[in-house]
Amino acid sequence: MNDQHMNDTSQKVQALILTGFGINCEEEYAAAYRLAGAEATIVHLNQVLHGHVSIHNYDILNFPGGFSFGDDLGSGVVLANKLRYRKNAEGRTLLDDIKEFVANGKFVMGICNGFQVLVKLGLLPNLSGNVTPEVTLTHNASGRYEDRWVRLKVNPKSNSPFLKGLDTMEVPVRHGEGRLIISGTDTLAHIEEQALNCLSYTDFDGSPTDVYPHNPNGADLNCAGLTDTTGQVFGLMPHPEAFLSLYNHPDWARRKRLNPGLSEEGDGLRLFLNIVEHVQSQRQTAVSPQEASQFSS
Amino acid sequence: MESTQRTIQLLLKPGQHDGEGQRVAEAAQRHLGLTTGRVQSTALYTVRYPVTDEQLRDFATHCLQDPVLHDVALDEFRHEPTYKSYILVAKLPGVTDDEGISAQNALGDFLNQPLDTHTQHIFSKRLYFLEHELPAADLRRLAEELLGNKLINRFESGPITDIRDYTPRPGGGAESITNLVPLTNLTDSELVQLSKDNLYALNLEEMRAVRDHYVAIAPERQAAGLPADPTDCELEIIAQTWSEHCKHKEFSAVIKYKDADTGEEHEIDGLFKTYIKNATAEVDRQLRANGNDWLIKVFSDNAGAVRINPESLFVWKVETHNSPSAIDPYGGAITGILGNNRDPLATGIGGARLLFNTNVLCFGNPEFNGTLLSNQLHPRRIFEGVRKGIEDGGNKSGVPTVNGAIVFDDRYAGKPLVYCGTGAVMPMQLAGLDSWEKKIDAQDRIIMAGGRVGKDGIHGATFSSIELDETSPATAVQIGSPITQKLAMDFLVLATRRGLIKCSTDNGAGGLSSSIGELATISGGAVVELEKVPLKYPGLRPWEIFVSESQERFSLAVEPAKMDELLALGREMEVELTDIGYFTADGYLDVRFDGDSVARLNMEFLHNGVPRKVLEAEWSKPQAAEPTIEIRQDGVETHICVSPLSDQNRAVGANNLSNDQTQVCVSTTDVLTRLLGSLNICSRESVIRQYDHEVKGRTIIKPLMGATGQAPQDAAVVRFNFESWEGVAVSNGILPRFGDLDAYHMSAGAFDEAVRQIVAVGGKLPNLSYGDGNFWSVNDNFCVPDSVYDATTNPDGKLKLAKLVRMCEALRDATAAYCIPLTSGKDSMKNDFKADGVKISVPPTVLYSMTAKIEDVRYTITSDFKQADDIVYLLGETYDELGGSEFYQLFGELGANVPQVRFDKAKELYTLMGQANDQHLIQSCHDLSDGGLAVALAEATFGHGYGATVDLPEGLPVQVQLFSESHSRFVATVAPEDVVAFEQHFGSRATRLGVVTPDSQLTVRHNGQPVIAASTAVLRHEWTNGPVNRIIGFGQPAGEEAAR
Repeated sequence: MNDQHMNDTSQKVQALILTGFGINCEEEYAAAYRLAGAEATIVHLNQVLHGHVSIHNYDILNFPGGFSFGDDLGSGVVLANKLRYRKNAEGRTLLDDIKEFVANGKFVMGICNGFQVLVKLGLLPNLSGNVTPEVTLTHNASGRYEDRWVRLKVNPKSNSPFLKGLDTMEVPVRHGEGRLIISGTDTLAHIEEQALNCLSYTDFDGSPTDVYPHNPNGADLNCAGLTDTTGQVFGLMPHPEAFLSLYNHPDWARRKRLNPGLSEEGDGLRLFLNIVEHVQSQRQTAVSPQEASQFSS
Repeated sequence: MESTQRTIQLLLKPGQHDGEGQRVAEAAQRHLGLTTGRVQSTALYTVRYPVTDEQLRDFATHCLQDPVLHDVALDEFRHEPTYKSYILVAKLPGVTDDEGISAQNALGDFLNQPLDTHTQHIFSKRLYFLEHELPAADLRRLAEELLGNKLINRFESGPITDIRDYTPRPGGGAESITNLVPLTNLTDSELVQLSKDNLYALNLEEMRAVRDHYVAIAPERQAAGLPADPTDCELEIIAQTWSEHCKHKEFSAVIKYKDADTGEEHEIDGLFKTYIKNATAEVDRQLRANGNDWLIKVFSDNAGAVRINPESLFVWKVETHNSPSAIDPYGGAITGILGNNRDPLATGIGGARLLFNTNVLCFGNPEFNGTLLSNQLHPRRIFEGVRKGIEDGGNKSGVPTVNGAIVFDDRYAGKPLVYCGTGAVMPMQLAGLDSWEKKIDAQDRIIMAGGRVGKDGIHGATFSSIELDETSPATAVQIGSPITQKLAMDFLVLATRRGLIKCSTDNGAGGLSSSIGELATISGGAVVELEKVPLKYPGLRPWEIFVSESQERFSLAVEPAKMDELLALGREMEVELTDIGYFTADGYLDVRFDGDSVARLNMEFLHNGVPRKVLEAEWSKPQAAEPTIEIRQDGVETHICVSPLSDQNRAVGANNLSNDQTQVCVSTTDVLTRLLGSLNICSRESVIRQYDHEVKGRTIIKPLMGATGQAPQDAAVVRFNFESWEGVAVSNGILPRFGDLDAYHMSAGAFDEAVRQIVAVGGKLPNLSYGDGNFWSVNDNFCVPDSVYDATTNPDGKLKLAKLVRMCEALRDATAAYCIPLTSGKDSMKNDFKADGVKISVPPTVLYSMTAKIEDVRYTITSDFKQADDIVYLLGETYDELGGSEFYQLFGELGANVPQVRFDKAKELYTLMGQANDQHLIQSCHDLSDGGLAVALAEATFGHGYGATVDLPEGLPVQVQLFSESHSRFVATVAPEDVVAFEQHFGSRATRLGVVTPDSQLTVRHNGQPVIAASTAVLRHEWTNGPVNRIIGFGQPAGEEAAR
């Protein structure tokens, strides 16, 4: 029984969720992966920085939302700085490890403050491939923090497995610094060409919009999320992990009345189901049929 | 060292929008009438750490600069040539500088060096450039009123050709000296003066008690080698422990109560004991007799605890932070929230997980345009500062602000009321022990965890126990650091689960003196070694270290054998832990500095030696009368005509309603429109959206719901976790207006309001059936003006105290009627602001903050109409009770008929509603409160494009039916197929009003005549564009270039 259980867990997709230093959305992030059938492990960033936990034992590395280090120098800046410069006993930075992690075909996701970290670090959009900041996220055009629900459209040309098969989703935004600024027409053109602007804010008709509050922050390209060119690194300002059940939605009560058979799953959950399923299918193709039957028996 | 001081300036690149600069220019124009021209905002970082030129440049460009947004200037104050004036905003020595500390953190990472965190090496500042040349006085005003607070900030300003820098250099001065304060031969007036000079806030009798104690124990002290006279530290500890804030002397006092109308007199043996403790004990007895044993801990810890299920406890605490918010609104509110968060965190063993925050705020009119008193802040500024403090305090801690309320009344213009509430969940067992118990044995170590100690917040406990005046001390101000507390919180959660902590408490008012003083009562004593306490900077005297209220600190009791593991975890999580002494059982609080005695106090005297107060209360009913009202049918419009009771009211009515007849006449539709746009009813969306109300992903009913996101809700609902559908409903009841007519009915009404809000969302009353486990947990928070009679300074003190007594009587009656227990609470007794010979006192105010278990959050009910053709009902009964209503307020009237709670009928209705919800008979439900039925109907249309057609029954006059604020009522809708079952269930308690319509039209008829006919879009527009959203502003894209 114990062995069987061990096999089950080791088969599960492993998501590593970082916390500490002001990160505060780790619990619902972990819940999202668990509901999607993965194993989620929350660890303090220092456990990774000090080498007690290796990211390479996991399939998906996750940077949750929050206010890392209070966001006093600009959202995500201090944390990105730590990942880039702080060296462990062997003289490696966590960024060195993350580069290797991505090169190994694994996945990195950042939500809100986590997205800001990935952008400030240069992991997104990483057009150049050498992980230097190319775009930025700054104060909303409104000059204020806001919590409100938005509608997103998925860029149909995006190659990211996180978004496969998704078209639209409703999710809350909760940020003060979510305005994506892309300076330089070349950068902008490359991002659009490669469909790295994977999510855009839309109005009620589903068309991308720069009109407040549908576009809550005035982002360039009305962009709510980015991927890198491989599609393995993905970040977004809105919070899919805050829409795991129907009952998170502000209009759930009326919708349920109109359609009592409505699914109890929230839009955000689909994104996690996607990536978990993708990693599982990758493994299945990697594992020979013989080995696979061993596990299932 | 001065030579190593370097400066990094970040400027926005040309072409990048300077939102902050623009907002400063706009606000200067709007609020101060100053024309600044364009304003450029820049950030400065002063580095006092030795770095090479190259390191400085690389640190600036790689770590601080955003390459897309910023240019960097080193060791200069760069600006565009067109600017003429500057303002530099720095922090005063010792003020929390999270931004500087963050930069320091980044420098440490960048250099890969462990930076000495005991010293601040980087200081953050803001430097603004103004296009116009402004006179020195205007620049100073702009700095002090818009850009900072002179109690926290140091400003430099002037012509741009002459920029002066300032970098704080804290510390120096005082040494670790302990002085003696002789009391023996002091006269009464000298004792009183000593108390006043040293901010002890002790009265003559208390000072005498201290003196007599020291006389009595002189031989004993001599034998122990101690001086006969008390030390400064001893008196500070006594003053803190005996402060009203900590000891609740007025709630414990003997009260001689007289009813001047009937001549009856009686004596009350303490308000707390009589009306709160005993009442809850009786409720608990009834609960237990019926198999409901979920009441786990009441009144005896930092927060109350009730059992959710066999695995977990719900912990609930609401407190106020009024005085600090009056002098520094941002700092006061943020420390209020963070401080209140520490209460559930440090209940029992400690380490509860915070689930939500809620806030109730009382302010003066933010559109006040009169003259302010000395050191009185404008209500708008207090509002904006407090709002921002709540935003940062909640959002940065990752705790959702799930609901709240804002009440406006001119009498809150001196001292605002800032109520902060926090709910948390704790396992029943932590490392095999009962989590709610606090156990300490002699020899357990005392660990201080979290932030360091500075001069901030010295005397907070005693200061909040006196009225505010223009000389209120700056050291009472504290700034919170949410990030420091978040780290400590994460640490506590882990450490308690690993069994490393025996128990914990927070350092709030009174600092170590209070936290250790209280914990030491468990073991029977403590030895504290003050020299070990980590300081923010040198130069604190021992007594200052002991009573400082520097934030984000916990005191922990730890078994010696667990110390190593605890300290290792602290290092891993970067939380500073310091062993500052140990608990004893010898009956003394023994405080030392470098081995020398600083204070040695008998714990029995310290905690039980305060003389009991005897206070006088005298009640007489206020003179009040109802104005005459006439209904006129003018063609298709119905007009309500009020004959004002006085010329003054006529003027107010005419002013509010642009009407100058002897009768003030307004169409009924207009009354509704104006009510929706009035200060106390209008939308708070601009405030709500700046609070994160759904972090943690568990908020099921948020403050605003519906397809529009603009339907206001009655109570918040939050689920506990992702594994079950159990949750908790949260509500707040507060109705200060009614207190002008009768404090009893005000208090009863506020209690009922909170109960019915929870019932509206689908909560059930407790104890309805054997062992049903429906916990309720209530915090009472009294905020009253000084109610101690004094012939010259407080001539109406007896009446004020009588009002407080009546508020407490209502509380007792309400808890008994609903069988709802109080679990914790607070009283704030001196909410007066005195300056320039004027006193502004708050109206007697009580807030009931309620939580109740929700079995399955999926079956909760929101307030907005769900579908056309649903039938609209009124649940409960309307009475001729317009007294104190928002409707009368429009006409400048108070009226006389204050709404009363009929507890038996209310309980019966709430019970019926619980049963109806079990059968899912109700589709929407909104409680009736400010503005009565008309406002509730309008609000229920705000979630979607629905309207409603309603026919009022015969009987009461139309203005009573529409605008009376009678309690215990709801507007509910029912699906057509459930109408028969619904009507049968409720019988006469439900009145069929009409139907939900697919058009966006609200129509109300009475006797066949239309009395209200309005587009719901227009009504929502009035409500949304009310004064609150206008003042706080909508988040439109920064008005862009509109300012120029």
